Amino acid sequence: MKALKRRTGQVLFALAVLALLIYTIFPFYIAIVTSLQGGEGSFYLPQDFDFGNYVSVFREQPFFLNILNSALVSFGTVAISLLIAVTASYALARVHFRGRTTLLLTVLGVSMFPQVAVLSGMFELVRLLGLYNNLGSLVLSYTVFSLPFSVWILTTFMRGIPKDLEEAAIVDGATPWQIITRIFMPVLWPALVTTGLLAFIGAWNEFMFAITFILSNEQRTVPVAISMISGGSQYEMPWGPIMAASVIVTVPLILLVLVFQRKIVEGLTAGAVKG
Amino acid sequence: MTKTLQAFLTASLLGAGLTSMAGQAATLNVPCTTGTGFKQCEALAQAWAESSGNSINIVTVPFSSTDKLALYQQILSSKSADLDVFDVDVVWPGILGAHFADLSPYTQGVEKEHFQAIIANNRYKGKLVAMPAYTDAPVLYYRKDLLEKYGEPVPTTWQGMSDSAKRIQEQERAAGNDKMWGYVFQGKAYEGLTCNVLEWIDSFGGGTLVEFDGEISVNNPKSAAALDLAASWVGSITPQGVLNYDEEGARRVFQSGNAVFMRNWPYAWALANGDESVIKSKVGIVPLPMGPNGQHSATLGGWQYAVSKYSENVEAAADYVMYVTSAKAQKQNALLNGYLPTIVSLYEDEEVLAANPFFAYMRATLEESVARPSTVTGEKYNQVSNEFWNAAHRVLSGKSSGAESVAELEHKLKRIRGRRW
Amino acid sequence: MDISTVSGPQARTLPVSRSPRGAQQGKKTTGLSGFSRQRIRTAWLFLLPMILGLACVAGWPLLRTFYLGFTDSSLSNLDGANFIGFENYLVYDQGEWYGILADSLWWRAVGNTVYITLLSVSLETVLGVLVALILHAKFPGRGLVRAAILIPWAIPTVVSAKMWGWMLHDQYGVINDLLMSLHLISSPVAWTVNPDTVLGTIVAVDVWKTTPFMALLTLAALQMLPKDCYEAARVDGIHPIKVFFKVTLPLIKPALVVAVVFRMLDALRIFDLIYILTSNSEDTMSISIYARQQLIDFQQVGYGSAASTLVFLLVFGLTLGYIFATRLKFDGSGDH
Repeated sequence: MKALKRRTGQVLFALAVLALLIYTIFPFYIAIVTSLQGGEGSFYLPQDFDFGNYVSVFREQPFFLNILNSALVSFGTVAISLLIAVTASYALARVHFRGRTTLLLTVLGVSMFPQVAVLSGMFELVRLLGLYNNLGSLVLSYTVFSLPFSVWILTTFMRGIPKDLEEAAIVDGATPWQIITRIFMPVLWPALVTTGLLAFIGAWNEFMFAITFILSNEQRTVPVAISMISGGSQYEMPWGPIMAASVIVTVPLILLVLVFQRKIVEGLTAGAVKG
Repeated sequence: MTKTLQAFLTASLLGAGLTSMAGQAATLNVPCTTGTGFKQCEALAQAWAESSGNSINIVTVPFSSTDKLALYQQILSSKSADLDVFDVDVVWPGILGAHFADLSPYTQGVEKEHFQAIIANNRYKGKLVAMPAYTDAPVLYYRKDLLEKYGEPVPTTWQGMSDSAKRIQEQERAAGNDKMWGYVFQGKAYEGLTCNVLEWIDSFGGGTLVEFDGEISVNNPKSAAALDLAASWVGSITPQGVLNYDEEGARRVFQSGNAVFMRNWPYAWALANGDESVIKSKVGIVPLPMGPNGQHSATLGGWQYAVSKYSENVEAAADYVMYVTSAKAQKQNALLNGYLPTIVSLYEDEEVLAANPFFAYMRATLEESVARPSTVTGEKYNQVSNEFWNAAHRVLSGKSSGAESVAELEHKLKRIRGRRW
Repeated sequence: MDISTVSGPQARTLPVSRSPRGAQQGKKTTGLSGFSRQRIRTAWLFLLPMILGLACVAGWPLLRTFYLGFTDSSLSNLDGANFIGFENYLVYDQGEWYGILADSLWWRAVGNTVYITLLSVSLETVLGVLVALILHAKFPGRGLVRAAILIPWAIPTVVSAKMWGWMLHDQYGVINDLLMSLHLISSPVAWTVNPDTVLGTIVAVDVWKTTPFMALLTLAALQMLPKDCYEAARVDGIHPIKVFFKVTLPLIKPALVVAVVFRMLDALRIFDLIYILTSNSEDTMSISIYARQQLIDFQQVGYGSAASTLVFLLVFGLTLGYIFATRLKFDGSGDH
């Protein structure tokens, strides 16, 4: 009886996982099928396996370079914003000082304007700093606009870490920097990886700043490169190559998740929290 | 192509280094839009560089005109010289004109050879701010085979088109083809709908929304009647989804063989007759239908080149613009890409006509074409057009009648105008 | 975590060795202890990069927008702009009200935005937690499933919105095709056009896209939970659903609240999904689209900046309201 109940539970769970997979993957599946087709055929099953669209993506523009640029910008953004966010959120989560709440809310204010409204000001700033047509302009803007999120998330998670860990370290004479790197970072792995991943995806996919701050093909990032893929004429929408390009740029992200999956698990076992 | 571009960029950088020592030649940053026209644009730019002894740096710009306009606005509003030349849509001279240099000192009178409607459109506060490179005008596509099958004539009026479409659709559906529709057009709330509606209203004799003298003319029974006729199509001979169709949305339905008539730009011709097309050789094109009084109308499209007044090399840039809009360049574009020239005499050029037989009657369409009121409304054109397409969208989706909608539109346009345009 | 790793050879003695409790008590007592002062100084040092970065890079564009909202600046007269006070917001002139607040379209946009945000954020929170619970369980291949559920979030919105537009196409869309063959609908529905379905469609696609975000953050919170609570509960034989509501949910609540705050911020500023997916008519106007239209499409830099400022105020008000309603503690001390 109990075994039967467990069995049904497992089946139900498997069904839930399956439904989840279909829900999230189906559109991506459609994208793959479309990308493998030469013409404008039906979409349920790939009728032919034509990699022409993939070839054309790389032939028509410096797409390798674009991917490299995107990777550079995204990794740069994640590294800098995590560094700044970790130290800032340690101060915000663990130290009592006046104005903490105000500071947190002010930080949040940065993400409250419509993106397009800050575009002109950012454009002027980027030109002033001499970063126009330079990947640095993107790292700078993405870092700043991913900070509120990273700081808030990390502050929340750091607040959840039991006090005794830190106190013991303080008694042992650890500096704040040591506390962060030796005690908090191992425990915070899941949060760090998650925040980093989300910031990475944000930078990887951003379009508006990317198209405005970068003018030359060799410096452009992937979303802009995709928008430059054109059809045979002014109005035609080249679905095949666009879908091929989208598949190409989504795969690295999936690989990234797979790699960091293990990190999350390892981080957990290494720094298992004892509440 | 990447390699050639890179090699070319290096060459142009080296070239810039050498020539700057000579202290004479300029380096221009010029845009080329991705797509079919890119190679031709690149080749023309290089040819100009070689013949003039200057050097150029090609900037690839997106083909989405919304993206492009947003980008150009940022560059121009910061007075940057990052681009010396701009390619501008036919409705942009009024919007961006304040940032462009006057080209009249450089034209030596060639603007007289172009269609005058376009030249008039390209003037901003009396200055000639852009030279036309090519133009565009919509046509009516029809299914020759279906018209023959059911003995319907090629329609010449909107009402006639509407009736034929209805009859053919009914008979085709009765014969089991339940996906068949009569007519598809561009009904999404965007600039394309403005073009469609302007054609209906203008051919009905309802004016051009805002007249040349700035008068808001849209609130009249003829405009209302035109809108009401169009609204009667939606749900009967036109799928409701048309309210979200752009050029491609309409073409997809037509090209899969599921529509009798379609309003579209000439680009669809080559695609409809492509090797993979199910309607290959079954398609004909004619000028858009007339209104009750026998008037044709077609909205003017197309692209122009302009020079930034913040450029450090206005003279060289103007020379470039004159070069890429010259008769020679336009002829090449017509032969290679099928672009419609803006220079009248090219419509009598035998080579051009041999390559594009349908150009012969496109000239008549172009001479009857109507410009969107972008010059008179200037900076406010996009606002006007936005109100216009929203008003039309409301009628098409059955939320209000033509008469109500044009009255409301008049009120809104007056608010936008304020005391003057 | 074994603390002894910290007190290794590198460990230095603190200048003032006092009970760490002083840190907490310091706030209540009038004179701050030396230790606390030292700690606070370090805290500000740690905060400096963030504050400098935000102030220099984000501060200028934001203040500029705020200022431009009080001018009649437009693209063709950026230099000659005049200060016009609140005229962009509301002004009475010759018998008629002008300005954003007198524009019925603005209020419609506010309505649409709030509707989409409420529906979309609540749906994706529930779904996100469910997905996180599934992913938290141990089952073969869960690494792959975790990667797979991230796909909707990983595809650029520009692309996924077009993809959905293609799938929802009234004539050729796979969705209509599926529903027709399942006999759920009798004739094709124009999902992105029909005023009855279009907002729902936007919400559905938005939920599809952003559930991974919620799921991922919830999952991180679940993974950082102390394990012993569960063990205690399991030993006591409490029903798993009860455990979830009594133990898990309260523990992950802070993380959940913060995740919802950021989803709210994004949903209230929803722009590209609507812009690409729908016909962009007044039916689907959101406040960000309104602001963009004025700024970019209409070149009304002043008016558009004023609209952006209103977007900011609205988002600020709603977010703040939410934060206080959920009693998110800012000075939580880390005790469970």
